Amino acid sequence: MAAHRCGFLPPLFILCALSVLTVTWTQETIPLGSHRAAAADSKPTDTKSVAQTTEQLAVEQRQWEATEVEEATSAAAAVSKQDNSSPEDVVQTSTPKPKDEFQEELVVRPLHSGDIYASFQFRTLWQTDFTRERKVSHYGLFPKSLGQVISKFSVRELHISFTQGYWRTMQWGQPFLSSPPGAELWVWFQDTVTDVDGTWKELANVLSGIFCASLNFIDSTNTVQPTASFKPLGIGNVTDHRFLRYATLPREIVCTENLTPWKKLLPCGTKAGLAVLLKSEKLFHSSFYSQAVHIRPVCQDWQCKTASWELRQTLNVVFDLHNSGQGKREWSLFKMFSRTLTEACPLASTSKIYIDVTDNPEGEQFELSPATALLSQAVVLGDRRTFSVYDLTQQITFGTVRSLNVLMRWKSSEGDMLRPLLHAERYVAGYGLQTGEIHTLMYNNHPYRSFPVLLLDSVPWYLRMYIHTLTVTSKGKDNKPSYIHYQPSKDRVRPHLLEMLVQLPPNSVTEVTVEFERALLKWTEYTPDPNHGFYVGSSVISSLVPSLVALDTNSTWQRPLFSTFFPCKEESSYFVRVYTEPLLVNLPTPDFSMPYNVICLTCTVVAVGYGSLYNLLTRTFQIEEPSPGLAKRLANIIRRMRGVPPL
Amino acid sequence: MATTEVERRRGQLAALSIAAVVIIVGVPLWWRTTETYRAWLPVSQIKEFATLQLLLSVDVEVVFSRGTVSPEQQKKVPMTQTQDEEHRVDENTALKYRYEIRYRTATIMEEDALKQPTASDADLSLHALSENPCGSLVVYVIPESSSLLSEDVDVYIGQKRTAILRLGAQMRVGRTLEQLLAHLEPRIKKILHMMSFSHTDITAALSDRVRLAPGNRENIVDSMRAFKSSPGYEITFSLLNPDPKSHRLHWDIESAVETYVQPLLTKLAPIANFSIDSQTLYYAMLGVNPRFDISRSSYTLNAESLAHVINPVEARLGSNAASSNPVLNFLLYVPDALHSPLHILDRKKQAVHSNAFHSPRWGGIMVYNVNDVYGPEAVLPVDININMAKVMGVFLAQLRLLLGVQSSSPPPGFVVASCSSTGLADWELDRLMWSRSVENVATATTTITSLAQLLDQIGNIVINDNIAEQVSSAVTSLQLAVAELEAGNLGFALQYSKEAILASERAFFDPSLLHLLYFPDDQKFAIYIPLFLPMCVPILLSLIKIASDARQKRREKQAKKD
Repeated sequence: MAAHRCGFLPPLFILCALSVLTVTWTQETIPLGSHRAAAADSKPTDTKSVAQTTEQLAVEQRQWEATEVEEATSAAAAVSKQDNSSPEDVVQTSTPKPKDEFQEELVVRPLHSGDIYASFQFRTLWQTDFTRERKVSHYGLFPKSLGQVISKFSVRELHISFTQGYWRTMQWGQPFLSSPPGAELWVWFQDTVTDVDGTWKELANVLSGIFCASLNFIDSTNTVQPTASFKPLGIGNVTDHRFLRYATLPREIVCTENLTPWKKLLPCGTKAGLAVLLKSEKLFHSSFYSQAVHIRPVCQDWQCKTASWELRQTLNVVFDLHNSGQGKREWSLFKMFSRTLTEACPLASTSKIYIDVTDNPEGEQFELSPATALLSQAVVLGDRRTFSVYDLTQQITFGTVRSLNVLMRWKSSEGDMLRPLLHAERYVAGYGLQTGEIHTLMYNNHPYRSFPVLLLDSVPWYLRMYIHTLTVTSKGKDNKPSYIHYQPSKDRVRPHLLEMLVQLPPNSVTEVTVEFERALLKWTEYTPDPNHGFYVGSSVISSLVPSLVALDTNSTWQRPLFSTFFPCKEESSYFVRVYTEPLLVNLPTPDFSMPYNVICLTCTVVAVGYGSLYNLLTRTFQIEEPSPGLAKRLANIIRRMRGVPPL
Repeated sequence: MATTEVERRRGQLAALSIAAVVIIVGVPLWWRTTETYRAWLPVSQIKEFATLQLLLSVDVEVVFSRGTVSPEQQKKVPMTQTQDEEHRVDENTALKYRYEIRYRTATIMEEDALKQPTASDADLSLHALSENPCGSLVVYVIPESSSLLSEDVDVYIGQKRTAILRLGAQMRVGRTLEQLLAHLEPRIKKILHMMSFSHTDITAALSDRVRLAPGNRENIVDSMRAFKSSPGYEITFSLLNPDPKSHRLHWDIESAVETYVQPLLTKLAPIANFSIDSQTLYYAMLGVNPRFDISRSSYTLNAESLAHVINPVEARLGSNAASSNPVLNFLLYVPDALHSPLHILDRKKQAVHSNAFHSPRWGGIMVYNVNDVYGPEAVLPVDININMAKVMGVFLAQLRLLLGVQSSSPPPGFVVASCSSTGLADWELDRLMWSRSVENVATATTTITSLAQLLDQIGNIVINDNIAEQVSSAVTSLQLAVAELEAGNLGFALQYSKEAILASERAFFDPSLLHLLYFPDDQKFAIYIPLFLPMCVPILLSLIKIASDARQKRREKQAKKD
């Protein structure tokens, strides 16, 4: 029947014709020369038999059917008139300019404490005009789930991180990208969004589904709008903080269920490239683990005429190999990840491993094998570092064994670390369950230069901060902040937000203290384990720290990924964000069987009081003759025995 | 003695007044303070939906061309004729079809149009003359001698809402009008079943409401293939490239969607909203290892193993994060270089011609072999352009099936016009709209009745105003949809039925109805007992004592009298 329908169509669609009738017709009309080709092309099948099998299969509940194409071919063919001149499949001679780009990179840095810091970065660039409203969206390397989130919620920038463990700045130095323990999410929305709070809530719910995390607990009570601390990192100059939302969940526990969806976002998955190393049982057996996703618009080229989306997936992990290695200080890729590398991701334009060998210029500290001749220098966090580079896109990297297992063997364990210039910590002081004091200490270790820092504190409403008790002291003297933004909390609605700009004098400790009172929660507001305490998110300290070496501000294109995240505009300083520890505060916790006890107790009291009142009101009282005394009763018994009438 | 009597009297009075206070003040106070808020629901109207009587009416215009009726017969032709057909689906659901047939003779312009050499030309020029509203039909009756249709063809079904019907040979001349109409009636019915709805379609659409008899399995399977009616669908095209090291695939999905899929979806816009996206997945493997067939010198997938193919892929497809509409997946699988070519076999071990299969209510997969476009000496990776016309032909066929645009095969003697560039004739759309409206009405009625039942069963669930509002709007839309179906306004009926389904689902899935805002009754009484037991026992006891005292006194009085 379908064949009948097709029979009326113009003769041009023969090339994609699939039905019997059309094929026979073709054979009749095509000149002899091309006859054979056409006949070879056509494999006449019995359409009826396909239909019959379809019916047979159809009896099953969830069936898998062969598709009959004839039905729609007519439609497809009618439209395909224009492009039928092109042959079937073409092996292209010239490669078109790729629309998307993917880069991957692993940095390994031996830490002075004996631990190993490994940092993965995966960058996907998606060249699309995202300001245009489009119904149809097509994704190549960029993950569809995130692309849909961006377009649905009109997101301009999205940063999300999940961290297990706390980064010990004093032992390990500065990480390439810092993140607070637990989950952190901050988003800049487009200025076309009208209901920012509603969109934010919905976005958090959707992300919670994508990353299998409890981001759905983000609501107005833990969301703040920082005015100065979180500026957009991509292009664009909208800095109206009404479109910014920031929230942390310090309680969030990060595990494999968060890693799996994160790995799925990579174009090669875990099948090829550096992502092969991401084995969860090894990654979570570590001192520190952090994974993050950063989406932002970036320039496509030098001129920055057009923008494209950049998706950066980073994963930082610190392995404690010193303890597990039975005193021997050596590590290899296989020891860390229990895998070795055999190939780069074929979709990646660059795929490199960097190993920090700055402290090892002549190889006196450790020995690296296989040796690589490639060395690269980069200025990271204000310090010039030297790296050995393994380029995975070169076949020679893998050698004759076709697998790469970088091995580092220590000879001596000397050397000291440059102390990080900026460092912060925080604790709760005070006793009892009524009041307390939050202390934040900020260290400036620079010997002779002072620099300003932005401190952001978001404290939940159940710690009622007394802002009049806020003191900032450094070197024993009062240090007046040059900018303070304070938004008081509202019970059960929004948290406290305190932002201030403090100048840190050289080589000093600056202490910020503020007193608070603990609020009494309603009994349904307590967490399932209230005696564990309540978390208060990390303070965020953002700063431009004076750099020891001059930075290269103009060319960010050829530099390794780990050194290009924060845009730098000045040569003499670099941007650093430091997170303090989250706080764990005990709140006055009731006994949770209390409500029922109280009900029972009050009911009993009421019942006793009511009972006696009721008795008083309804009893009839009559005077009873007082009973005779003991002596009289005894006397009466004796008298009865004697037969004498009683008294 | 007298003082004790007074005391007793006072005690009794006190007990009585306490009991009175408890009953008059305490009980209402307790009742008021523990009451839950329950907004008013149109329960009686909802109960009416428990028994659904649907009346579907179709306007049919029968146009007699010259040579079919004689001039005297022309005058006697009735203006209109209404035919009713009743079906009882089950004890609660009844269907009634009403065909309102209007007869007239052709105008001069229509006569001219019918003189065109071929039926398709005639069809086109007839459309130029008039536009029929959604859901109605026009049947042109032409004489047996007309050369418009070829020998073995009786009925030609056009692209829009027209059909051309040729009179049978036995109706040549000299028949009475009654005979003519009687001859026409079954054939018009046949056309109607083809072009607007048939009873099987409608009962299949009612599957949400009616438990079909096991004998109707065939229909169930047919109806199970298509997606359930929904206000929107997400269509996802995925290109699976398990071997990016050897194949670098390029598909011009953007323009392919624009040329092939978009026209069809624009046409289907009254049914639902569609959104399209596409993605490329690398290293996506099928769940089954294909077997090498020496006789075919190719790898093969059996029909039995197809069910296991998708599972590992599906984990990577990802659901749409931004909406909750059902997703239609279309996968284009390019086998890796080591497993090419790959062919799908059907139950009879024959290679499926299209090399594609589909899964009901899920989507379709097409295997696209590329091994023959490059030689063994080619430098890997090979750049390959995918022929989108070939792929989209298959995907469009699957899309039509999955959306339920599947016409039953025409009876003998019928010819269906080849569809236009949109890939969908107007009457096919009408057919879909009929069954979708009925399906929506059926679903919305079941949702709303079961919601009413649930709220009725759980007495202390809170019904907020917004839920009551949704329920009433659903009920109003439902009534309107049923009324529009009766009036034959198909477009409005579909619109209202969609609104009804949206409102009813929103009410049914409202989070406030799921919240554990209420305790079960036994727990409530466990809390009340410590208070109520000590308070009520003395009151009850003293009331019993007063009653027995009073009875004794009356008995004493009786004895005294005697």
